[in-house]
Amino acid sequence: MAVNTQTWWQQGRVLETDDPAEGVRRVVLAPDRPVHAAPGTHVDLRLDLSGHVRKRSYSIVRSEDGGRRLTLGVQLAPTSRGGSRHMHGLEAGDVVEMTGPVQSFPLGVGADRYVLVAGGIGITALVAMADTLRRRGADYTLVLAGRRRAVMAYLDELVDTHGDRVRVFVDDEDVRLDVETLVGEIAGSSAAARTEMYMCGPIRLMDAIRRAWVAHELPEPNLRFETFGSSGGWAAEDFVVHLPQLDRSVRVGKDSSMLDALEDAGVDVMWDCRKGECGICQVKVLDVSGRIDHRDVFLSQQQKETYASLCLCVARAARGEPGPSSAEPAAVTLHLP
Amino acid sequence: MTVLDSPPITAASKIFNFPRNAWYVAAWDHEVTAKQPLARTIADRPLALWRNSDGRAVAMADACWHRLAPLSKGKVLGDEIQCPYHGLRYNSAGRCTSMPAQETINPSAIVPSYPVVERYRYVWVWVGDPDLADPSSVPDMHQMDSPEWAGDGETIYAPCNYQLVLDNLMDLTHEEFVHSSSIGQDELSEAEFEVSHSDREVTVTRWMRDIDAPPFWLKNMRDKFPGFSGKVDRWQIIHFEAPSTIRIDVGVAKAGTGAPEGDRSQGVNGFVMNTITPETARTSHYFWAFMRNYRLESQTITTQLRQGVHGVFGEDEDMLAAQQRAIDANPEHEFYSLNIDAGGMWVRRILDRMLQAEGLPAAAAAK
Repeated sequence: MAVNTQTWWQQGRVLETDDPAEGVRRVVLAPDRPVHAAPGTHVDLRLDLSGHVRKRSYSIVRSEDGGRRLTLGVQLAPTSRGGSRHMHGLEAGDVVEMTGPVQSFPLGVGADRYVLVAGGIGITALVAMADTLRRRGADYTLVLAGRRRAVMAYLDELVDTHGDRVRVFVDDEDVRLDVETLVGEIAGSSAAARTEMYMCGPIRLMDAIRRAWVAHELPEPNLRFETFGSSGGWAAEDFVVHLPQLDRSVRVGKDSSMLDALEDAGVDVMWDCRKGECGICQVKVLDVSGRIDHRDVFLSQQQKETYASLCLCVARAARGEPGPSSAEPAAVTLHLP
Repeated sequence: MTVLDSPPITAASKIFNFPRNAWYVAAWDHEVTAKQPLARTIADRPLALWRNSDGRAVAMADACWHRLAPLSKGKVLGDEIQCPYHGLRYNSAGRCTSMPAQETINPSAIVPSYPVVERYRYVWVWVGDPDLADPSSVPDMHQMDSPEWAGDGETIYAPCNYQLVLDNLMDLTHEEFVHSSSIGQDELSEAEFEVSHSDREVTVTRWMRDIDAPPFWLKNMRDKFPGFSGKVDRWQIIHFEAPSTIRIDVGVAKAGTGAPEGDRSQGVNGFVMNTITPETARTSHYFWAFMRNYRLESQTITTQLRQGVHGVFGEDEDMLAAQQRAIDANPEHEFYSLNIDAGGMWVRRILDRMLQAEGLPAAAAAK
């Protein structure tokens, strides 16, 4: 499979926008150096968020006409780090700074069976995969899970296209996705060891699936996932970072990541992927007031539970219990030598 | 991916681009082992070739996801290949299965793994869009492993654009000049030939009747018909199949015994099997073999034929290398065509259409 991991920047013009679901904005971009975007690719956009330039990643839902039309789907997240609000403000004719397609979630070839699992807006990473699997004549299942039908983008279209290969789970209709059943069914099938799962969605869903996958002794390399570190166990809230070695405290707004806030405050920290995968920005935790919402996929579950370290790029502190708004914000004390 | 510029497209581009959506031979089957990965560049992609514990051949990008150290310098460990630098391991699909000093595996950690088909004693690789990799489109080279044929071959590392090798094989008039001591003879440039084509094949047919057999063919006739002397009817039927496989049906039969009409029983028949894999725009892996359908039991004849053709193709190799040097030394000069180039020009047109379908220019980037 071709893997484009090189990041190069270009401009993209917004061709059209609309809302395929409640709170979801479809943005079609015309890049000035079009390249076909394979299933699983994303683009990074450089966004000016309240005076700070931030990089945000968005899956490519569709690549048409040799990459001359790239469709993104962006959910307006009240708990977002500011990117989605900016994206929802885009109009036809606007110009954005964007990378070419970047591949870190490639669809494999030759598995006996494919299971795609989308939680909520995670579907944006899987639409093109499902289309490709259908064209290949592969054996695949597309699992769509969401809170309410109205917020589930592309739902009708996907059911039309993929028919009974789609399984829909909607929380408020009491048809909930049961992870144990889903993974247990895969583990019990004759194609168990040759089934690949591709998932994208809230980190709690993905963690649950990962635990079930390991518990059923399915091959770990067959479980593929992508996360941009944008979802956690709790809604994003303001919190404070104490840095005793530097004798400083930095406030992290709910729109900002800890890493962004530290950099804005002039603290020099090392980082690389900025999406909770590589572990370069891992730091030791000295103390916590509240809970740590890790949001990364670098630390193991056991490492997360000990609260010994966190990844600056995605981790947050949270009070954990809904308390009165006047309550002290959560805080985390870090060892930053 | 190589960035290609787009000069005006002509059918006779001197440095011909190559399609990516195609099967290319990456190696002889025996070259790919479970003991040690093999490093080889195919169509501009450096690959590490190895076998897993089922004996299945694997072709992966020859660069670790981490810091791009060549995996071909690493180890094959059962169903996995291990990077020689920091020990990351990958399965045959290119997925990382082990990372040092951490409890999880980065979900982005993957190395491209390319579709592979093993057929006709070769390992074929598809470096283009994997969704288009249809094993039924592997070019026909069935003589390579048919019980009705015997023979062997070698690989030439040709320091030239792959299309120059295809040109060479699509017009055998050059035998008269390049191979005068073995298979060349005056009648080659005197005999008429016929060219036919479909959308992925080209055939050039040439018969020379009632001629003296050149030394190579006289020896072969005497292997089958001890003490043979006299005139022969000689044929060369060149079959091209896209993107770069050429099988040449060659032979001689006692003159006037009906070979042109289909009765080859009074002759000897060989197939020169050629498949050319672009390594880069200016270098090629040229896999060849000489297969025969007589005296199948004789390893002596197999060895003699392989050595004989080795000598003949050595003459081509020298010419092709010199031609590439002259092309590079004369960038302002164009190619012109002769009547004898008709077969080669049909090949170029087929390849040109494949390139257009992939959105690639016919000319590869200037050096």
